[in-house]
Amino acid sequence: MSDFAVELRDVVKSFQTPEGGWINAVDHVDMKINNGEFFSLLGSSGCGKTTSLRMMAGFEWPTEGEVFIAGQPQGKKPPFQRPVNTVFQSYALFQHMTVHQNVAFGLEMEKVPSKQITERVGKALEMVKLSGMDKRYPKQLSGGQQQRIALARALVKLPSVLLLDEPLGALDLKLRKEMQLELKSLQREVGITFVFVTHDQEEALTMSDRIAVMSHGKVLQVGPPIEIYERPNCKFVADFIGDTNFFEGVVTGIDDKKVTAHIPLLNSTLVGMNTGGVRLNDKVVISVRPEKIRLTETCVLTYNCFEVNVKSSAYIGSDTRLEVESERQRIKIWEQNHISTLDPRAYHQGEVKAFATILPENALVLPAE
Amino acid sequence: MFDKLRQNKSFQGTLLVAPTLVFMIGLLIIPLILTAVISFGERDSSGGVIYSFGLHNYYKLIGYSTNCDSGASSCFDMLYVQILWRSLTLAFQTTMIVISLAYPLSYFIARATPSKRNTYLFMVLVPLWTNFVIRVYAWMMILRTQGVINGILGAIANLLHIPFAPLEMLYTPGAVLVGMVYEFLPFMILPIFTSLEKIDNSLYEAAADLGANSIKTFFKVTLPLSMPGVVAGTILVFIPVMGTFIVSDLLGGQKVILVGNLIQRQFLDARDPTFGSAASLVLMVMTLIVTYFYTKKFGFGEEIIVA
Amino acid sequence: MNPHRRSIFVKTMTFLVYSFLYLPIFVLIIYSFNSSKTNILFEGVISKFGDLQIVDGNVLQSPCGPFHWFCELAKNKEVRSAAGNTLEIAFISTISSTIIGTLAALALSRYNFKLKPFSEMSLYIPIVIPEIVMGIGILTFFSQVFNYLNSLIGLQGDARLGLGLFTVIVSHIAFSVPFVVLVVRARLQGMDQSYEEAAMDLGANELTTFFRVTLPMLLPGVLSGGLMAFTLSLDDFVITFFTNGPGSTTLPIYVFGLLRKIITPQVNALSTIWIMVVFTVVLLLQWLQNRESSHK
Repeated sequence: MSDFAVELRDVVKSFQTPEGGWINAVDHVDMKINNGEFFSLLGSSGCGKTTSLRMMAGFEWPTEGEVFIAGQPQGKKPPFQRPVNTVFQSYALFQHMTVHQNVAFGLEMEKVPSKQITERVGKALEMVKLSGMDKRYPKQLSGGQQQRIALARALVKLPSVLLLDEPLGALDLKLRKEMQLELKSLQREVGITFVFVTHDQEEALTMSDRIAVMSHGKVLQVGPPIEIYERPNCKFVADFIGDTNFFEGVVTGIDDKKVTAHIPLLNSTLVGMNTGGVRLNDKVVISVRPEKIRLTETCVLTYNCFEVNVKSSAYIGSDTRLEVESERQRIKIWEQNHISTLDPRAYHQGEVKAFATILPENALVLPAE
Repeated sequence: MFDKLRQNKSFQGTLLVAPTLVFMIGLLIIPLILTAVISFGERDSSGGVIYSFGLHNYYKLIGYSTNCDSGASSCFDMLYVQILWRSLTLAFQTTMIVISLAYPLSYFIARATPSKRNTYLFMVLVPLWTNFVIRVYAWMMILRTQGVINGILGAIANLLHIPFAPLEMLYTPGAVLVGMVYEFLPFMILPIFTSLEKIDNSLYEAAADLGANSIKTFFKVTLPLSMPGVVAGTILVFIPVMGTFIVSDLLGGQKVILVGNLIQRQFLDARDPTFGSAASLVLMVMTLIVTYFYTKKFGFGEEIIVA
Repeated sequence: MNPHRRSIFVKTMTFLVYSFLYLPIFVLIIYSFNSSKTNILFEGVISKFGDLQIVDGNVLQSPCGPFHWFCELAKNKEVRSAAGNTLEIAFISTISSTIIGTLAALALSRYNFKLKPFSEMSLYIPIVIPEIVMGIGILTFFSQVFNYLNSLIGLQGDARLGLGLFTVIVSHIAFSVPFVVLVVRARLQGMDQSYEEAAMDLGANELTTFFRVTLPMLLPGVLSGGLMAFTLSLDDFVITFFTNGPGSTTLPIYVFGLLRKIITPQVNALSTIWIMVVFTVVLLLQWLQNRESSHK
């Protein structure tokens, strides 16, 4: 068995645009997906995540490079010769077949004896908690149920990799959250590698073992959710995942661990983590997550502390979201409401003066593109 | 080898379309080219074709006589130009009448409750399923001197003790017009209905809400939005009317000769296929020109598929 | 505002247009029971059953009663052979053009290839060109090809190739195919490609995918395309007129020939049967379709 369930080696996929030019939907992508991993491809629409998935499934063939599945180069193998199965965004359940016929379809194609088919279909339906629905037609099921049937239909084939193309996209929010947890536990149960395409960062963070963030056909960063969120390697990832403050400046001092930059809008300097890739006098952005900034009445550090005016605040239950200003720099700060109180001062309402402190380890210095 | 074919999607597509192309090229495109080639040729004594190149058939069509000796009063004989012109005006008249009859009916069906719509549409289609020739025959029975209309009129006159002379309706240009309108009416109703049905009811409400009365709403909202249907219908009516010869043959007798009759006679009676080919080429070019300018002005309606 | 409100003008026009559409149909049907042999005046329905009795061209009594002309029609060998030809041509050309057209629709909506724009364009030829132009084109084409072949192989007399059932069928296929393609393609374009991808993903090869997934889902489109081809073929006069030969006379051609000579209530009887058959078939199809859709 190969080390990797799926590997993309320098893969390019170009499409012809309606104007006649060519565009790289996937642009020299290298990707290694481990066995048994829940791996997400995350990005906004048109970033190349779905095209990458479709190349793994065999619906598209790479223009350049090679896709490996379980160590085997796939070349131009058609979908039905690949050991992977797909759950489609639209579910693509065959409307003219019953639930049973849908789930059995893949096994029939493998020429599994009919006795075993019945048994395996039953088990698959049980797994997605839809036993007893086998005589119904897809149209008679709810969106969530259809989703599960699509899942059962793909999983019953015991693929070495399951590809999921935004499978939860059509569900409403509550059902979606339920299905996220269910999918994750299902994946642990069956131990099959899942490659999951989504544009929803929260979904990716909740479910994945590792995430690849894609933009304009390129993979920007691959890592576990915590790394993607806490240590984004570029401005795009920091911006795309979660919410953040950007402080634009120029490097005035640098050592192995820390970088000092002058921030014109703050009219001051800010010390942050050295993430590599920047040098003295480089233009940089310093990314600080809103929930990582402390708002206090006095400074707790001798540096990275700025007097701010609270411009506005919004109480959203778990948090209070504040907009503050220091010199000309606008800063978002999210304070957790961990004290139960109705005292309005606790939420820094109105034009209150306070101090914002940023710990250097929470300030990531990134190249300004 | 099999894998090669499997991977060559563009070859697969070509393979799938190939049988259709064989028919399109073999039985439509090549015959059209052949028609064009023959139209420059000459007929031989047995009605066959001598391949040559000359414009004599076209001269003949525009009425210019090539062997026009001195002594002839005019080198021009407008007979064929008149036939072409008659076909064109008849096609225009038919189309106009068909639009004015089809539009209210299509509107009525489109505004009917969905459950009744199908029944109404079905009622439009039923006459279409009787055969084309049979429908013309029905009109022969109605319009004849001793036909249905004259029978009814005669009975009424008899009741009122008025002297009655039967109307001569069959074998007149009017009879041909009625026949054409009848034959092609359903082809206008279907596309107009399709485009009217697509108009969201909220548009009518919005127009009313903005203060448009029903006449204004019709001209500012309904009519423009249903234009694709009218365009498609016009193409479906105008083109066949231009080329039909049965209606004029049976309802017009020998009196109303259209391009269609002219072409048909060249091939079957007069036996000059080269002249017939020239006439049919001119007919084709005429319809293409009209269609081209018409669709260029109004756009080509998708509704053409439904009919 | 009531969306179903229509003005008096629209209602009146609708009534008039429907009357206009149906008047000839009623006339056709009523006259098929006419006792007058010349069928010029309506002399009343043949009311008596019994041995055939004709006085002054009026059928007073007939073994078939009011259905006298239907019986006469059934005895008419020419009509029987024309009806046989019509159905044979319609069936063969419908089945062929439906298959050929469905394949082309598949190519045009699911594949990209060099000939695609040309193929699409060629489909519009029968729509934008008058039928008579195609008719004489095909006639010329066949006669030239047959002349050439006959002299090439040296065929004589009856062995000579000529117009007949074959040329009619082939021509009918040619003008029906584009309509099938347009109908089926419209249906295919409304059908998400992911169904076919899903089938392949689950292990079905191209053929299995087509027969187990694409075709069943496409069936309503294929059927309505086929129905269209069938009606086009049944109804066609012009192209058949130019491409038929000895032994391939169809009903429309036969009727046309009759109408130029004599008029007999037999033609009305034929029309009545025609209308009834088509009406029944279409109602049956609609009923089947409704049952199908309510079933799922």
